[in-house]
Amino acid sequence: MSPPPRRGPARRPKPQHGGRVALVTTASGGDAAAAGSAGHVGEREDGGAQGGGAEPAPLLRVTAECGRSRARAGELRLPHGPVPCPVFMPVGTRGTAKGVTAAQLAALGCRICLGNTYHLGTRPGPELVQRAGGLHGFMDWPHNLLTDSGGFQMVSLAELSEVTEEGVRFRSPTAGRRCCSAPRSPWRSRTPWVREGGGWCLNPQPPVPSPAGADIVMQLDDVVSSTTTGPRVRGGHAQVRPLARPLHRRQPPPRAAEPLRHRPGGLDPALRTQCLEAMTLRDVPGFAIGGLSGGEEKDRFWRMVKLSTDRLPRDKPRYLMGVGYATDLVVCVALGCDMFDCVFPTRTARFGSALVPWGSLQLKNERFARDFRPIDESCRCPTCRRHSRAYLHALIRSETAALHHLTVHNIAYQLNLMGSIRESILAQRFPEFVRGFLGAMYGPRERVPPWVLEALAAVGITLD
Amino acid sequence: MKVKLCGASGGRLGVLAGLGRSGAAALPLPGCLLYTRTGSAPHLTRDTLQAVGGVPAVAQLTLPTVAELHEVLQEYKEGAAKFIGMPDAVLYCSLHDPVTPCPSGYNTNKTVSLWGNSGRMEMTASKFMDIQRAIQPDWFQCISDGDTISGEVGRKRAKKSVDRSLSFLDICLQLLEESPELQGSVMFGAIEGGDILEERLRSARETAKRPVGGFLLDGFQGCAMAKETKLKLIASVTAELPEDKPRIIHGVGKPDEVLECIERGVDIFESFFPFQVTERGCALVFSYDCPPDPEAAVLKQNGAQDLEKNGAEDDQDEISKADPEMTPFEIFLKDKRYEDDFGPLLEGCTCYCCQRHTRAYVHHLLVTNELLAGVLLMMHNFQHYFSFFSAIRDALRDSKLDQLKKLVCRQALQGSANAKPGQ
Ligand SMILES: [Zn+2]
Ligand SMILES: [Zn+2]
Repeated sequence: MSPPPRRGPARRPKPQHGGRVALVTTASGGDAAAAGSAGHVGEREDGGAQGGGAEPAPLLRVTAECGRSRARAGELRLPHGPVPCPVFMPVGTRGTAKGVTAAQLAALGCRICLGNTYHLGTRPGPELVQRAGGLHGFMDWPHNLLTDSGGFQMVSLAELSEVTEEGVRFRSPTAGRRCCSAPRSPWRSRTPWVREGGGWCLNPQPPVPSPAGADIVMQLDDVVSSTTTGPRVRGGHAQVRPLARPLHRRQPPPRAAEPLRHRPGGLDPALRTQCLEAMTLRDVPGFAIGGLSGGEEKDRFWRMVKLSTDRLPRDKPRYLMGVGYATDLVVCVALGCDMFDCVFPTRTARFGSALVPWGSLQLKNERFARDFRPIDESCRCPTCRRHSRAYLHALIRSETAALHHLTVHNIAYQLNLMGSIRESILAQRFPEFVRGFLGAMYGPRERVPPWVLEALAAVGITLD
Repeated sequence: MKVKLCGASGGRLGVLAGLGRSGAAALPLPGCLLYTRTGSAPHLTRDTLQAVGGVPAVAQLTLPTVAELHEVLQEYKEGAAKFIGMPDAVLYCSLHDPVTPCPSGYNTNKTVSLWGNSGRMEMTASKFMDIQRAIQPDWFQCISDGDTISGEVGRKRAKKSVDRSLSFLDICLQLLEESPELQGSVMFGAIEGGDILEERLRSARETAKRPVGGFLLDGFQGCAMAKETKLKLIASVTAELPEDKPRIIHGVGKPDEVLECIERGVDIFESFFPFQVTERGCALVFSYDCPPDPEAAVLKQNGAQDLEKNGAEDDQDEISKADPEMTPFEIFLKDKRYEDDFGPLLEGCTCYCCQRHTRAYVHHLLVTNELLAGVLLMMHNFQHYFSFFSAIRDALRDSKLDQLKKLVCRQALQGSANAKPGQ
């Protein structure tokens, strides 16, 4: 009854960048041989592939720094091609970027997006993704993928998860069955990372949880909402969220990490400082600043970000998780962050909201019914080149195509914003860019939120 | 706009040339239109539509989805094609949406009811022409009373549908002449008459006397009318029509029915069928490649093998149930059997989806309600359907239409036999 065997599971993405793509798919099971050396978990974990004394090329290459603030521009050297940074990474939950095809996403200039462990961990399940040739092949994404640990979902889906000695256990919201992600088994102390062609690449056969061929994988942490103060104890397990965590690792995590788990978390600066100091001792390629997107006050938010970048080494990338509002991006680049992700631009598109330099347009609003201008006259995205606000307003009432138009525009907006930020850093005019950005977004100086002014002033940028 | 026929036997192979404002576009015949909703190919943006192969030069705009924009279009002044972002497309505006059912009993001597997003809209001939002036379509169907499809409407109602439609036609022709905005537009006259042959013939003859650009065979939607009756009526009607004007039919989209209509002289179809297939989570996999040996045709086809499996197993633990409207020409991708099927939707298909993704991926997108499922399925189903029309033209050219029809009808029968075990 089973269908006749068809072509092999791993259909390779079409090479789009010469030889580079071939390298990439070494992350998928079928291409282990192409990786050159042994393709077995054990060998790599024992350091065979990464040993030999050769230091891996650093993940980040900084090419320009703002003379005033902490902003820097450079490039992340990843297996699926270099990624200019600072960079915004669209979120591809469940192996798709929300109605936008992989080709559209690539055409917008996106070179890295997020795959989400938790959602992929339930549907279609890591085993299937593995058999499909990894997440790259499954979603036909030839560029880089970052898979998070599932930490954020533990915040928002706390009721569906519990931390046990084996790891984080998710109750699948879809089937009622349980699936396990990121066990704290011996696997956990072994790295799934190997060095690969000047970048970092996932081991062809990663341990559970299968990050499904991701280029960057996040360490699993216990995460609580950042607005939680004091320890939250459930079933005898304290859940504490460290401020920053390794972006990915090639060394077994030091035992020193363990005590961090039992300290009160939230936004306590003392804990975070301690946490940071322990973290920076580790030899890791980069750091993620996590758990700050849960709706905490902006005053505390920027201070925590600054506290992190104060202490994190300059030569490694800093990934600020879950941050995606335009103003937050600009401020946090000034504070020294390099990578961002957020569901906001795509989610807000599905609610009919289009991002523009002066905020957003709610295209369902009747006032756009006869507005024949594009969403943003200065935007060169496929939506703005062809469609008016009036047409999108008409379409949005019944057609999903309208949501795709807005999603495309919003992703383009985020990527263009980051592109302008990069250019201004390279041209040594980042402070001018910030002033122009805030002028467009808020108008006169008095309307700029005080926290923005304070944060920028803390790194030497004033609006005068 | 002119039909140029190539004199093939068994159907009207040719081309409808000189289309659009520039006169540069052409529609090969027999052919289909690009189905749109509010002026957009369903689920698709410009980028994704452009990745579909063989997109027809003529797009179908459905009046109910744009009638609500009447005032907006009036203010816009530049016509619907530019408004919807398809300035180069040739637009055909139909009175109804082929997918939205039209409740019976709402037409009068003076008005026809349309059913849009916000419910019923009453349309008089002059209101109708007002809207057409704002839309500025290249072609449009004249307002008509086609409320005869519910079966057993009777001779009296059939006669009324013809009388009303002719009266609408005369008013609209007059208004068309007086409308400078519509000087580049061609009006299609609707042929009505329900299932009464005399009324159908009268409608055809009377409409053909008038200066219309083409003919719409209306009232053949749905399945209330017996298939034999339907086909006989279509053949009788087309025999009355001049050779040099195109004939379009509404509401006929299944591959076997398309072929039967083509044999009876129909030129143009819609493409709502691949949209309906997409909406029920299905992919078209029927075969239309005529091999040298027609007897061996069906079993060699990957798609046909899948069709045989349709409904063959009674999957008890299957969570998702297929739409009862599902035809034998498609497979239901939400079915658990495709969860780990790493083949393309259809082996050999050159569409964006089949070139890049697997059935397992589309299955995953469907069960997780991801919008991308509709995008990918629409791309595949459109391309498959458009290629089907291209195969029909090839078959006509090579005098193989009979073979193609046998191949398609065999798949139709196989599928339905499997779908209803024990019947
Ligand atoms: Zn845009
Ligand atoms: Zn296909």
